[in-house]
Amino acid sequence: MTFVAATGRAFLVLLEATGALAIFTASALSHSVRPPFYPRLILRQMVDIGYYSLPVVGLTALFTGMVLALQSYTGFARFQAEGAIATVVVLSVTRELGPVLGGLMVAGRIGAAMAAEIGTMRVTEQVDALTTLSTNPFKYLVAPRLIAGLTMLPLLVLVADVIGVFGGFLIGVYRLDFNPASYISRTWEYLEAVDVISGLVKAAVFGFLIALMGCYHGYRSRGGAQGVGTATTNSVVSASVLILVTNYLITGIFFSTK
Amino acid sequence: MPDSTPSQPAATPKIRLRGVRKSFGPKHVLNGVDLDVGTGESLVIIGGSGTGKSVLLKCILGLLEPDGGRIEIDGEDTTHLRPRDRERVMRKFGMLFQGGALFDSLQVWENVAFGLIQGERMGRREAKDIALRKLAQVGLGKEVAELFPAELSGGMQKRVSLARSIATEPEIIFFDEPTTGLDPIMSDVINDLIVKCVRDLGATAVSITHDMASARKIADRIAMIHQGRIVWQGHASEIDRSGNAMVDQFVHGRADGPIQMEILHP
Repeated sequence: MTFVAATGRAFLVLLEATGALAIFTASALSHSVRPPFYPRLILRQMVDIGYYSLPVVGLTALFTGMVLALQSYTGFARFQAEGAIATVVVLSVTRELGPVLGGLMVAGRIGAAMAAEIGTMRVTEQVDALTTLSTNPFKYLVAPRLIAGLTMLPLLVLVADVIGVFGGFLIGVYRLDFNPASYISRTWEYLEAVDVISGLVKAAVFGFLIALMGCYHGYRSRGGAQGVGTATTNSVVSASVLILVTNYLITGIFFSTK
Repeated sequence: MPDSTPSQPAATPKIRLRGVRKSFGPKHVLNGVDLDVGTGESLVIIGGSGTGKSVLLKCILGLLEPDGGRIEIDGEDTTHLRPRDRERVMRKFGMLFQGGALFDSLQVWENVAFGLIQGERMGRREAKDIALRKLAQVGLGKEVAELFPAELSGGMQKRVSLARSIATEPEIIFFDEPTTGLDPIMSDVINDLIVKCVRDLGATAVSITHDMASARKIADRIAMIHQGRIVWQGHASEIDRSGNAMVDQFVHGRADGPIQMEILHP
């Protein structure tokens, strides 16, 4: 009987959490598209997400591209298929690794910061203070972050794509002695618009999810420093899991017929 | 401050509570609170920790929705307002939070001017002038205006928070434990400022506290809450002869009496 009770309780908790998140998301979305808007806050979040994440995302992309070239060479050389390295690098980076690794890095950097900031504001009653000063916390805190996440991550990933391909180029040319011109032409040869576009769509979805999880967990945090710590952890973990799951789903939508 | 008789308020009370109930899970925090606050009156709600004081305040403010009962502001039922009406009613309110709740990413003057700039869409320069005037009213100079809240002492933060709560000249101001965490002298400074600010604005004030010195100073009328109910209310001068054992125990701070703390004795 206790097993049944425990299962039921876990199920109810899951339902409650799903419902709360759905209501939060609906409310956040509806407030994001209705005035008043806060351009200064949106801009600040955009700089935070887009500009200050460049080093970490760029570094990730650079080494990912480099290691891809190196790894595929050790495999492909056995079949005299070294020519495919450039194609493998560019497709892997634009379709999967750019958005996913970029998203995961931003989830750790930005999602955690959002949860910590909003969580601290929540437990020190600053969120309540916003309400009493006739300012909607969803419009003031959540909407700018969602908008910035949604718009900035595709740009970040576009830069990451270029840097990642460049990383592969560096290894290909300076380590594996490819001809630079032929490496570049091979890179372009099989690249299609949908490869890049699917990656950018993923990035937009990931950016939205990262901001949503950061805001949601921060907004619901309770009980002082420990509550804020839990919110921060939960925001990173849930954003990471959601990134991996939605990545699979979006890949399925874009490339299911091929 | 104007006198008012608790039993028969002259006109529609500024705030009227009838049978307000609120529970969190199995815990019943408010068990039917009835309370009237007249226009321009200063009511202080006293009571021990965990008796529902803060929850009551947040219900009146609309930060929490009560499970039952009515809350009327100027005769208007505010328990189930639509967002737009809620915002309109919210403009009547000012609130001094227990911990100050200053926005730590904004400078002091931006904190004070926040309700003017964001809520009333006032220009930044004009709002800054008003903010500086309000800061002067609570005894803080221009040099403080450019600092960040983290650079201020606890007493100064409370005063900035007070300036913020009166900046939009609200009709009703709530004070949540205004003197908690301050030394006795600074507490008295805050009490004086509260009395002065409320009188200057002609505002209605509702404070919650467990500091009797503060309650005596700022109250026209005092109500005591215990186990989610108002157990006594009367004029501030009657607090020492209330004839209520619970009030006596609280005023004199005795461990023994009708109110028993839930402490396990070893």
